[in-house]
Amino acid sequence: MNYVLAFIFAGFVCLIAQIIYDNTKLTPGHITSLFVVIGSFLDLFHIYDRLIEIFHAGAMVPITSFGHSLMHAAMAGVEKYGVFGVFIGIFDLTAAGISAAILFAFLAAIIFKPRS
Amino acid sequence: MDNKKYNQLAQSMKPKSHKIKNSFNAFIYGGIIGAIAQFILECYMTIYDIDELGAVPMMSITLVFIACLLTGLGLYDNIAKHAGAGTFIPITGFANSMTSAALDSKSEGLILGIGANMFKLGGTVITYGIVSSSLLGVIRYVFTLIG
Repeated sequence: MNYVLAFIFAGFVCLIAQIIYDNTKLTPGHITSLFVVIGSFLDLFHIYDRLIEIFHAGAMVPITSFGHSLMHAAMAGVEKYGVFGVFIGIFDLTAAGISAAILFAFLAAIIFKPRS
Repeated sequence: MDNKKYNQLAQSMKPKSHKIKNSFNAFIYGGIIGAIAQFILECYMTIYDIDELGAVPMMSITLVFIACLLTGLGLYDNIAKHAGAGTFIPITGFANSMTSAALDSKSEGLILGIGANMFKLGGTVITYGIVSSSLLGVIRYVFTLIG
C-alpha cells in the first residue's frame, strides 16, 4: 500500500511540474526553484509533515521536500540556539543529499567522458 | 477552405495531445522513482533497524548515487527525454544537474571547470531553498513568540 501511495504522490507532483513546463516558458530551473519555495511554505503550517505521514517516500523524493527539510532543520536550530540557529541548523537534514551530490558528481566528472 | 480548416484543426489538436502524453509520462516516471525510493527506504529501515526519519538521508544518498552514475554513463538523458518533469522534480534531477554541469565543463579544467561550474544549474535550488526557508523560519519563530 505504501508503494502505491508513494507512486501516486511523487507522480502527482511531477505531473503538476510537467503541466507548468508545457504551458509556460519556464525552464526546469525556474520550476525546481518554485517547488522548493512551495515546499518550505507548506511547512510553515505543518502541511508537509502531514503529507510525509501519509505518502512516506512519495513526499520525500520530490524537490519540494528539500525546502521542507531546510525549514525543519532551521526551526530545530532555533529551538537550540535562538535566532542564530536558523543559520547554524539549516543544512542539518539536507547535508546528506548535498554532500553526496557534490562528491558523486565530482567523481563522475573525473571518471566519465562528456558525450555530446 | 476545407483544407485550411482541417489544418487549423490539426494545429490546435496536435500540441494538446502531445502535452497529455508528456504529463502522463511525467506521472508514470515520477511515480516509479517514488516507489523505488519507498523500496530503498524500507530496505534501510529493516537492515539498520531504524525509524523512517533516520533512513531518509540514506535513501537520498542512494538515489543521488544512482542518478550520478546514470548521468555519467549517459543513460539519464535518454530517460529524461521521455520523462520530462518526472526526472527533474525528484532529488535525482538535482544530482543529474550537478553531474551534467560538471561533466560539460570538464574541458575547462579541474578548478575553473568542474569546481566552478558544478552548481551552475543546481545552485538555484539551494539559493532559493535557503532564502525562502530562512525568511519563513524567522516568520514562524516570531509567530511562536507571539502565540
